[in-house]
Amino acid sequence: MELLLDSLFNGVAIGSVLLVAALGLAIVFGLMGVINLAHGELMMLGAYTTYVTQLIFKLPILKPFYNSYIIVSIFLAFIVSGVVGILLEKTIIRKLYGSPLETLLATWGVSLILQQFVRSVPLAYGTGLVISLLIGLFLPTTFPSKIKESINFKYFKFSSWIFAALTGVLTGSVISSSVSKLSRASARNVDVTAPSWMRGQVEIIGTAFPKTRLMIIVITLISVIAITLFLNQSAWGMRIRAVTQNRQMSDCLGISTEKVDIITFGIGSGLAGVAGVAVSLLGSVGPNVGGNYIVGCFMVVVLGGVGNLLGTVLASFGIGIMTDLIGAGRFLSIWPDMPLPLSNTINFFATTSMARVMIFALIVIFLQFKPTGLFPQKGRMVEN
Amino acid sequence: MRISRRILAGLATASLAVTATSCGGGGTSGSFDDTVTVGILHSLSGTMAISESTLVDTEKMAIEEINAAGGVTVGGKSYKIEYIVEDGASDWPTFAEKSKKLIDQDGVPVVFGGWTSASRKAMLPVYESKDAFLYYPIQYEAQECSNNIFYTGATPNQQSEPATDFMYKRSPAAGGDFFLVGSDYVFPRTSNTITKAQVKQLGGKVVGEDYLPLGNTEVAPIISKIKKALPEGGIIINTLNGDQNVAFFKQIQDAGITPSSGYYVMNYSIAEEEISTIGPEFLEGHYGAWNYMMSIDTPASKKFAASFKKRWGADRVVADPQESAYNMVYLWKQAVEDAGTFDDNAVREALVGQKFDAPQGPVEVMPNHHLSQTVRIGEINAEGGFTILEETGVVLPQAWNQKHPSSKGFACDWTDPSKGEKYKL
Repeated sequence: MELLLDSLFNGVAIGSVLLVAALGLAIVFGLMGVINLAHGELMMLGAYTTYVTQLIFKLPILKPFYNSYIIVSIFLAFIVSGVVGILLEKTIIRKLYGSPLETLLATWGVSLILQQFVRSVPLAYGTGLVISLLIGLFLPTTFPSKIKESINFKYFKFSSWIFAALTGVLTGSVISSSVSKLSRASARNVDVTAPSWMRGQVEIIGTAFPKTRLMIIVITLISVIAITLFLNQSAWGMRIRAVTQNRQMSDCLGISTEKVDIITFGIGSGLAGVAGVAVSLLGSVGPNVGGNYIVGCFMVVVLGGVGNLLGTVLASFGIGIMTDLIGAGRFLSIWPDMPLPLSNTINFFATTSMARVMIFALIVIFLQFKPTGLFPQKGRMVEN
Repeated sequence: MRISRRILAGLATASLAVTATSCGGGGTSGSFDDTVTVGILHSLSGTMAISESTLVDTEKMAIEEINAAGGVTVGGKSYKIEYIVEDGASDWPTFAEKSKKLIDQDGVPVVFGGWTSASRKAMLPVYESKDAFLYYPIQYEAQECSNNIFYTGATPNQQSEPATDFMYKRSPAAGGDFFLVGSDYVFPRTSNTITKAQVKQLGGKVVGEDYLPLGNTEVAPIISKIKKALPEGGIIINTLNGDQNVAFFKQIQDAGITPSSGYYVMNYSIAEEEISTIGPEFLEGHYGAWNYMMSIDTPASKKFAASFKKRWGADRVVADPQESAYNMVYLWKQAVEDAGTFDDNAVREALVGQKFDAPQGPVEVMPNHHLSQTVRIGEINAEGGFTILEETGVVLPQAWNQKHPSSKGFACDWTDPSKGEKYKL
C-alpha cells in the first residue's frame, strides 16, 4: 500500500511538472497549430521572473511579505511571459500562420535570441524592458473610444510608447541601483530558494512528501482548472474554440480572429511563465532551463492528441507514472521473485537515462497504432 | 610543415608586435627583446562558459604575473607573453577547429585549453597529427595518455580513491553502504567503475547506482531508489555535473536525505564556485575532495586567492580547476626556459621533472605527462568553503587506473621510447 502510494505520488509529481510545462504548448500548438520552439524560453522568462521577484522581496520595504513572494511571482510570471508572447505573435508569428516550417525556424531563432538576451542584459534592465512593453502594448487600449477612433490616435499611441520607454528605463535604473545582484549581466545560473514554509516535507497517511512537489501539483491543478473554465465557460473561450474549429466561418460571423489569435497565444505563453515558476523550485535557473523541457512538452502534447486538454493531462500523468515505475525499478518490488532474465531486463532499464529510452520507445510504438494520440480531435475540421 | 609553421609564427608575432595593444596581453612596463604568443582555448559562450571563463581569467592572470616579473627568458632573450583567446563555444568540433586555427594560422607554441572530456577527445587528434602541444587543466577520468597533451588536473587515484577510502573508513557513515549518482557521460561512468572496484576491495557494498541524462533535472526516481537502497542512511558518491547538482541537492534535502539523518554525500564536481551557486545551506555537512581548496592555510594559497580577487573582483573565488590552470602556465614557462627554445619536442623533454611550488603545495611533472599532487578531503561549511579534514602526502598520478578492470597493470611513460602510451608493468 505504502509502495503504491509512494509510486503514485512520484508519478503524479513528475507528471505535474510535465503537465504544467506542456499546458501552454497544448494551447499554442494544439489549438493554434503553431510549433513554438521558443516555448521553453518563455518558461525560462517565468523562472527568471521568480528570481527577480525573490530579490525584490528581500528589499527592506517588502521584507515582511517575503514569504508570499512565490505566490506573487506566479502572477508576475504569467504577465511577463504573456507580454513577450504577445509581442512575438504581433511581430513574427502572425506573418507565418499556415507555414509550420517557417514558424519552426523563426521561433527557434527567437529562442536563441531570448537565451542570449538573459545572458548579456542585466536583469534589472530586462525587467525595465518588459515593463515598457507592458505599458506600450496596453496603455493605448485603455484610452476612451473617442480618442481611439480619432485620426490622431497614432500620435497618442506614439506618445504612450515614449512614456512606456521612459518608465522602463526609470524602473530599470531604480531596480539596478537597489538590488546589486540584478545590475550586472551574467551567464551564471541563479538560484530560487523556496520560502521557509515550503521547505521540508509533510506526512500524509504515513508517507512523507516534499512540500515543493505538493506546491507544484497545486499550481498545475489550478492552472488546468482555470484554463478549462476559461475555454469552456467564458465568451472569449468560446470564440477561441470557434476559431480553432473553423477560422473562416468564425471570421464571417464577426469574431475578430486577429484578437483571438493574440489572446490565445498570450495565454499559452503566460502558462509557460507559470511553468517557469514551478521548475525554478526544482532546479537552478539559467538560460538553458527551458530547452531541457521542450522535448518533453511536445512529447506530451503529441501523445495526448493535438488540441485536446484532457489528452494532455492524461498523457503527462501517464508518462510520469511510467517514468517512476521503470526508472525506480518498481516492478521488482511488486514481484520480487520473477524469473532472472526478466529481472535483469528490468534492472537494466531502472536508471533514469535508460528509463527515458524506454519511455520514448513505448511512445513511438503507441503512435504507430494511434498516430493522432490518445484523444484525436473529433468532428469536422477545416484543414489549412 | 614545420618550417611554414615557424614562418607563420614569426609573421604572427611580428604583426602582433606592431598591433600589440589590439589583443591586450596586459600592458606591463619594462622592456622585452621579443614577444611570444600563446593560445587560450575555452568556452566563452554556451553552457560551459560559466565554468570555463574562470580558467581564462586565471590564465590571463598567470601570464600577467609572468610578464610583470620579466617575461620568459629563452636563449638569453626576454620574451613578453601575448595571448590569443579563442572561444570553443561549448561545442566539441569547434574546439578542434579553433585548435587548428591556433596552430596553423597563429603558430602558437602552446595551447592552454579545454574543460570537458568531450572537448579534449575532440582536440586530441588535432594535436597528435600536427605534433603540437595542449595543456589541459581539469580533474578527469584518466584512461588516456597522449604524448601531445599535458594534464595538470587530478586523475581518479588523486581524487576519488582517497575520497572513497575516507568515506568508508573514517567518515560518520563509515562502514555503510554506497549509492552512486552521476550525470550520464564518460567521467561519472568511468569514475564509478573505479569506485565499485575499490569498494569491493575495501569489503563494502554498492547497493545502487543511477545516471541522470545531461540537462535532465527530474531526480524523483533517484530519490525513491536511494530511500529504498539506503533506508537507514549511508554514503552517496555524487558525480553529477553543473546545474544538475542544484536540482539534486534541493530535492534530496526536501526528501529528508540529509547529514542529520545519516546520509553523507561525497562530491567530485563541487568546488567553491559551485557551492556559492547551489547555496551552502543545501550542502553543509557533505564532503568534497580536491587537490586545491581555497581554505588551505599556506602563504602560497593565500597569495593566489588574494591576487585573483585583486585582479577580478573581491567577490570572486578560486577553486581547484583554476589552480591547475595557474600551475600549467608556470610549468610551461619553466620548461621553455629550461629547454632554451619554444620547439615542442625540446619543451616536452624539459617538461618532465619540472617542479613548481603551487598554491596547493609542491607539484612535479611525471613521465606520464600528469602531475604528482596532494589530495585533500574537506567538509562543506556554512560559509560556503571547505573545512579541510585530511591531507594526503604527494600522490603520484596513474594515467591508467589500477583499479579499473580494463587498465589494471598498465602504465604510461613518455621519457622511454620503448614504453610510451601504454605498457605492461
